[in-house]
Amino acid sequence: MKRSICRLGIAGLVIILLMVAGRAKNSGFTAMEEKPPAEIKIDNFVFSPSTLTVPAGSTVRWTNHDDIPHNVVSDDKSIKSKVMDTDESFSYTFAKPGTYNYFCSIHPKMTGKIVVQ
Amino acid sequence: MASNPKDEILHDHNHDGIDRRGFLKCMAWAGTGAFCVMQGGVLKSYSLSAFSGLKEKQMKGELSFVQISDSHMGFNKPANTDVAGTLKAAIDKINALPKAPSFILHTGDITHLSKPEEFDGVDQLLKNASAKDVFYVPGEHDVIGDDGKQYLERYGKNAKGAGWYSFDQKGVHFIGLVNVMNLKAGGLGSLGKEQLEWIESDVKHLSKSTPIVVFAHIPLWSVYPEWGWGTDDSAQALSYLKKFGSVTVLNGHIHQTMQKVEGNVTFHTAASTAFPQPKPGSAPSPGPMKVPAEQLRSVLGIRDVNYVAGQHALAVVDSSLE
Ligand SMILES: [Cu+2]
Repeated sequence: MKRSICRLGIAGLVIILLMVAGRAKNSGFTAMEEKPPAEIKIDNFVFSPSTLTVPAGSTVRWTNHDDIPHNVVSDDKSIKSKVMDTDESFSYTFAKPGTYNYFCSIHPKMTGKIVVQ
Repeated sequence: MASNPKDEILHDHNHDGIDRRGFLKCMAWAGTGAFCVMQGGVLKSYSLSAFSGLKEKQMKGELSFVQISDSHMGFNKPANTDVAGTLKAAIDKINALPKAPSFILHTGDITHLSKPEEFDGVDQLLKNASAKDVFYVPGEHDVIGDDGKQYLERYGKNAKGAGWYSFDQKGVHFIGLVNVMNLKAGGLGSLGKEQLEWIESDVKHLSKSTPIVVFAHIPLWSVYPEWGWGTDDSAQALSYLKKFGSVTVLNGHIHQTMQKVEGNVTFHTAASTAFPQPKPGSAPSPGPMKVPAEQLRSVLGIRDVNYVAGQHALAVVDSSLE
């Protein structure tokens, strides 16, 4: 019993050390690379902006503001989000340049496009 | 036919109501409730405040069943924070019918997010209905995340393909269709080639006097394509039903009642048991419509359908939950 508490203590210490290390790293040179994601809002069954152009390596984040769930599925099905209920988000990082057409597979009238340069 | 002529809101299609090209629209918006009788292709409709306004004769037939739709179990937004309560009210309404219906048709969006506990919740409540058999078709909310796998495991054991099937009751042929799978970007509801071929073969050997009832989630007619309220290949499916004298199409999805007659086919959409949606084009989007709490049950509802053999008559009664 005593030993396991001791182990937990060590585990906790390790986690704290890792957190400190992570923070130190974030405040250092890597912070320059971590841009906030480009945002796409879902309101009234519309993706806006409907066309978004971003540089390669960018992260795009969709957030659903409707009272009805939506998702994001690329036309070639290579990108498939989980379902986003109200105020939930989905993020995806586009590594390669190209044009990515997508839609909501629940409400297929909803379409959008990400242009990665 | 009407016990009270004041209640008559729609048209005797033999007279001024009919468009000479054989196309007619009669609509009853959510909350008004309508009683429709179709006899030899003639549809008469009467407004209805309650089932009690109908004569016993109008309620009776060889076969009666109830359609419910869009229970959206799991939905908890301001438009209705108690969808279990309103489904229960719908079941109470069914149980109060003068004669227990033979079965219930649920035209989809059983759940809001396809969660197992949402399906379980609906199953549990429907156990209290006077009709024990429930026939389902899926809505787009029932096939989220797993391409309908869970839906098929629960309800599609005897179905074909993505969950379509047919059955016969008292001489009426029922066809349950799935138009919420494999939807294409920018498109509407879709039946797909495999299902269309099945429909053609399913009805091939039926006599043309067989009354046909088709039920599916998304309307099989173009209600409002701008909001996705239609099915891309529904015309193909209906072309296989041309030879039949009486075809009744029952849909859900748009959370309001609406009717249309086109030739031998009468189309109906049902109210939801969960929340209303706006009239086509009357709002920025088809999202849930918030009405004052005391009005909610007046815009939700169930539908009772009666068939009298030999009369080619299917009487359709929409009733609010009030
Ligand atoms: Cu959607």
